[in-house]
Amino acid sequence: MSNLFNSMIGWIDKRFPLTSNWKAHLSEYYAPKNFNFWYFFGSLALLVLVNQLLTGIFLTMNYKPDASQAFASVEYIMRDVDYGWLIRYMHSTGASMFFVVVYLHMFRGMMYGSYRKPRELLWLVGMCIFFVLMSLAFTGYILPWGQMSYWGAQVIVSMFGAIPSVGEILQQWLLGDFTLSDAALNRFFAYHVVTLPLILLVLVFVHILALHETGSNNPDGIEIKENKNPSTGIPVDGIPFHPYYTVKDIVGVVVFLMVFCGIIFFAPEMGGYFLEYNNFIPANTLQTPDHIAPVWYFTPYYSMLRAVTVNFLGIDAKLWGVILMAGSVVIFCFLPWLDRSPVKSIRYKGPLFKIALTLFVISFFVLGWLGTKSPTPLYTLLAQIFTVIYFAFFILMPWYSKIDKTKPEPKRLKE
Amino acid sequence: MADSFSIDDEMSGRRKFLVAATSVAGGIAGVAIATPFLLSMMPSERAKAAGAPVEVDISKLEPGMLLMVEWRGRVVWVLNRTPDMLASLEKVEGDLADPTSEKKQQPDYAKNRTRSIKPEIFVTEGVCTHLGCSPVFRKDVAPADLGPDWLGGFFCPCHGSKFDLAGRVYKHVPAPTNLVVPPHVYLSDNRLLIGSESEGSA
Repeated sequence: MSNLFNSMIGWIDKRFPLTSNWKAHLSEYYAPKNFNFWYFFGSLALLVLVNQLLTGIFLTMNYKPDASQAFASVEYIMRDVDYGWLIRYMHSTGASMFFVVVYLHMFRGMMYGSYRKPRELLWLVGMCIFFVLMSLAFTGYILPWGQMSYWGAQVIVSMFGAIPSVGEILQQWLLGDFTLSDAALNRFFAYHVVTLPLILLVLVFVHILALHETGSNNPDGIEIKENKNPSTGIPVDGIPFHPYYTVKDIVGVVVFLMVFCGIIFFAPEMGGYFLEYNNFIPANTLQTPDHIAPVWYFTPYYSMLRAVTVNFLGIDAKLWGVILMAGSVVIFCFLPWLDRSPVKSIRYKGPLFKIALTLFVISFFVLGWLGTKSPTPLYTLLAQIFTVIYFAFFILMPWYSKIDKTKPEPKRLKE
Repeated sequence: MADSFSIDDEMSGRRKFLVAATSVAGGIAGVAIATPFLLSMMPSERAKAAGAPVEVDISKLEPGMLLMVEWRGRVVWVLNRTPDMLASLEKVEGDLADPTSEKKQQPDYAKNRTRSIKPEIFVTEGVCTHLGCSPVFRKDVAPADLGPDWLGGFFCPCHGSKFDLAGRVYKHVPAPTNLVVPPHVYLSDNRLLIGSESEGSA
């Protein structure tokens, strides 16, 4: 048997680089030996991606991208299609969990300096994945054509109208109509099921290729490739990804799936945070719900959008809001060049960075919480304060990361 | 073979020109083929034709009542203002960003304090000029959430923009301009045509 197997592999290897790729990316891809909890979220993001693709395909079999039928077709999936509720809840919960794992994955990168040289491109490709993911979440949330779908889309598309001179025509081009209507629903469906998933798959492929070119960073933030065994050429602090990290990641998958199933079966709406109550009302083009808020993963940026209430520098408050909202996401792209610290990992960085990162995390959560609330003068003031803190984390980084009191990095990974 | 070929040598003169010319021609072809696809996303002929004016009977619109009408897929409000409401327009003017309607958000015949043709009847698009939500009609005076200075108006639940009872925007809110007054005309005392300024196109 094993002879037959080996000769089959040999036959394939002459025609396709199977064994060499298996070695390069799994069995002889050497990853640092000290990966901790924070390193689960890359592989979990892949798992959620597969979940979204599979459940999404089955949802398209019953969903109708038509403004007069969309809402009813979603209810049809929930009530009349066998296991339709399960497939839809897997998809809607998957969307929120995608952002949970991606936010944790990004936070890992910020803690351990994974964006630093030589991984700048890896970080930028990752940011592109994040942008596509946000677009996917936005277009997907429109599809049920409920009240939140409709008014959420109205707000986001109106943001393009804030762009001077070309805004209005751009808005019409995006909508395919003068108002948000059937034409827009139809094309957002096309983006959600064809355009964006294809782009996402290509970007994920490029992200992994870039990772395997530079090698993984680690909690100590030192390069294991700088200390190779002279006879084998293998990093002394590296272990093969397969079987060591495949087995570790399976543990992460099992725990993750327990949480995931718990949400699907017991709290698929998550108290209105994963699926908002207003979205169980069909879209009414004449009336905005009394309280509208985006899904939780967009609320920090949404807070910043509405935080600006005064015109300054000759730009009106509306455009400032849009600029701040876009800037709050895009600014992550500059991290590799904003961080001037001599060390990568938070383990060896000084108190200034730790304080800055803590304040940043607090402002992210506070802004996220404020984004779920109706605006009041106090909340608007809070949003303004925490928007300043959010941006200060990035803008002041070249200064505080340079003067910070760092500890020396070790030569080898800690056990 | 290999040793006789060098990019640097061969990339001079004629070959360089041909590479550049091919790239330019290919680029033009790319733009040309993208054009029909991008233009196919503009509003279709059917969408363009759907903007017909709507006629509204306001004989049953009591003072203080707001009527919602759909025109071009968006909501248009017709509000019959009471004398108290009309009196509030002058009192709030100090807090407004554009009390005299300098920005062109209304036809010329509505560029006045009441922003209307008839003082009591106010016609406006119920679409917030910030990001397109539909504000809520709050005629209650001095409610807890809007403060003691509130004399009635429109409040946008999305981002907290405030407008007075003539759709004029308050200062220090995200919305930059007053609500849009659509073209409209009275066909008779109680018949209002929204979306047109002449009786002929009814």
